[in-house]
Amino acid sequence: MWVYEKKLQYPVRVSSCNPKLAKFLIEQYGGADGELAAALRYLNQRYSIPDKVIGLLTDIGTEEFAHLEMIATMVYKLTKDATPDQMKAAGLDAHYANHDNALFYHNAGGVPWTATYIQAKGDPIADLYEDIAAEEKARATYQWIINMSDDPDLNDGLRFLREREIIHSQRFREAVEILKEERDKKKFF
Amino acid sequence: MNTPRKTWHPYVSPFDPCKPITVKTYSTPPNLYMGFQPPGLEQFTPMQALRTGTLWKAFYDPWYSPYEKAREGQQP
Repeated sequence: MWVYEKKLQYPVRVSSCNPKLAKFLIEQYGGADGELAAALRYLNQRYSIPDKVIGLLTDIGTEEFAHLEMIATMVYKLTKDATPDQMKAAGLDAHYANHDNALFYHNAGGVPWTATYIQAKGDPIADLYEDIAAEEKARATYQWIINMSDDPDLNDGLRFLREREIIHSQRFREAVEILKEERDKKKFF
Repeated sequence: MNTPRKTWHPYVSPFDPCKPITVKTYSTPPNLYMGFQPPGLEQFTPMQALRTGTLWKAFYDPWYSPYEKAREGQQP
């Protein structure tokens, strides 16, 4: 079970009305390397992975939902007051036709989220390597969004999220080391 | 200390339609080099850690867009 804390992991501030940024950000919401895919991937892999790393998958999977909530807040703030004309100008006309200003799990190209984005191979090393790759891809996605965004407050939140991807990647790499069991136990704790 | 960015020089054709970018950079964050995290690494203060997204100074590698480049390397 989960305990919900009604606050964001990191404050989300958006300083300019630029719905176009929402179109990019939605990639991290419902894209292949987005936060939804990450959360569902990790939480699902927990059941068939050695006990030593289940807790890690729980913690990181849970945190991904906190990130999902931050992205949702960013997208919502950028689009909630956008008129149909502004949505059109931002390239969100197809989204508006289907969803009004609601959020939906699709990527920046409008392709709806699919479970084929994630995998549970049942092989601990294969699954953890996929998780490491997912974190690096999400880190890169944040870089490209930051490069396109001129909103300093928004970038501040995105930088925080990118740093978390680095830490998650590190922890998954350590999980692989734990499962390899051959590392020098004198040198490392 | 490893550098967080690497550069490479893509081939430039005399017939490139757009102004060629001669240097491309990519990110190589600290987690690539750390292996298993050693004990006793330097920590941020709790307030800094909440802002940067990590407790560990060794893992802090912020990304700024080229248009914000002047701020790169600034401490939290």
